[in-house]
Amino acid sequence: MGAGAARGMGGLTLGAPGVRATARIVATPEGLPVLEGEGPLALRRTRARGPYHRVTVVGAMSAPLGGDRIAVEAEVRDGARLDVDSAAATIALPGRDGGRAHYDVRLTVGEGAELRWLPEQLISAHGSDLAMRTRIDLAAGARLVFREEQVLGRHGEAPGTLATRLTVHRAGRPLLDQELAYGPGAPGGWDGGAVLGGHRAAGQLLVVGPEFSERPAETGLLGESAVLTPLAGPGFLVTAVAPDARLLRRTLDDVLHAHLATR
Amino acid sequence: MSRAALLVLADGRFPAGGHAHSGGAEPAVKAGRIRDAADLAEFCRGRLHTAGLTSAALAAAAAAGLDPLALDEAADARTPSPALRATARKLGRQMMRAARATWPSAELDALAAARPRGAHQPIVLGLAARAAGLGPEDAAHCVAYEVVSGPATAVVRLLSLDPFDATAVLARLAPELDAVARRAALAAAEAVVEGLDALPAASAPLLDVMAEAHAAWPVRLFAS
Repeated sequence: MGAGAARGMGGLTLGAPGVRATARIVATPEGLPVLEGEGPLALRRTRARGPYHRVTVVGAMSAPLGGDRIAVEAEVRDGARLDVDSAAATIALPGRDGGRAHYDVRLTVGEGAELRWLPEQLISAHGSDLAMRTRIDLAAGARLVFREEQVLGRHGEAPGTLATRLTVHRAGRPLLDQELAYGPGAPGGWDGGAVLGGHRAAGQLLVVGPEFSERPAETGLLGESAVLTPLAGPGFLVTAVAPDARLLRRTLDDVLHAHLATR
Repeated sequence: MSRAALLVLADGRFPAGGHAHSGGAEPAVKAGRIRDAADLAEFCRGRLHTAGLTSAALAAAAAAGLDPLALDEAADARTPSPALRATARKLGRQMMRAARATWPSAELDALAAARPRGAHQPIVLGLAARAAGLGPEDAAHCVAYEVVSGPATAVVRLLSLDPFDATAVLARLAPELDAVARRAALAAAEAVVEGLDALPAASAPLLDVMAEAHAAWPVRLFAS
């Protein structure tokens, strides 16, 4: 049975070594002309907030297994506003074959458009191995609010191996590029005093908008293990580590809510 | 290549201002994250595989002849902390002065003219290596070594750590230093073909947090 036939039967492309699935969202000022889940990735149009179209990633997305290759693509066209969240945390689990899973996120935001990408945490379960790659291309006049949080191990559990990369370009030029690697398969020193220092949750909140060209954000320390820093380009990044997911979210939420209140 | 030129460039006494910087060790000591030689080893190892790899690859790419101004922009994108961007440019300016006196080159002159307030230090070092007849992996080695020798030297002063213990930490990291330099040079070779996104962007959250905290201290022993 070919890949096309498998897809026709229910959206899954099965076969060694794992699941391959891509979900796609296209937002325009008028609506969501493309909203396609695939396989374990299901997308739901949910109640909009003001002028924002809202999409929630639901259900079975919560398990990239070793060997899987899953991807989400969102294109926010000129002037559109899109809010994306998820119904539950994503849990990376060990695969049947012990292979590495890949999760790719590709986001494009056009002129005068805005994307708020606020999913729940990514949890790296013991024995899992996940590479997550996020690539964001912003037009010069695009706005972005982007959060990602990594939790190392479920409650009381040793972490799996997790490697993430977040690459953001604005008007075709690099704006932010950050790679993080934790767990038994990461290079040494990841839990030492330079990187995590024993913390088990790490996160980033990135906010980009043309207004920061004239009025850059001010650097701010957020307690002992988090900081808000203005980027070289028009935006700011919150970098935070915390003992657990709840404390991490509290730190990021303080900044998120303060930012959203200004919009 | 000239092995002696590599020694001159990598020497801690090369007058490029590096001795005034702890590489994040000063705030890490204050926060209790470095208390002994074992903590220092984990700190250095973590810095080597994150900021070290990223900087070593930028240096290798500059030594390989990639556009230094595009690399400077890539370095900014890889440095979200304004305190660390300022430090990198300040060290870049000092490295530029020393390098132009040591190995004069048109490429160094052009970068100095384009970035009078300083380019990111690893890029200047990469161009200096190139002017000295060294290769991309040599430049990566210099940066990788400096990324761990800075904190090790600083911790001797900050904690009164036995200098023999600090040097033993560096010696034990040698195989990892070689591996990071090799990886950085490979990434630079990839970037020649695929563009600068092929360069690593490994980062360390606590280094960024502590750099901003440290920059706000009223009194400190080290500049960064």
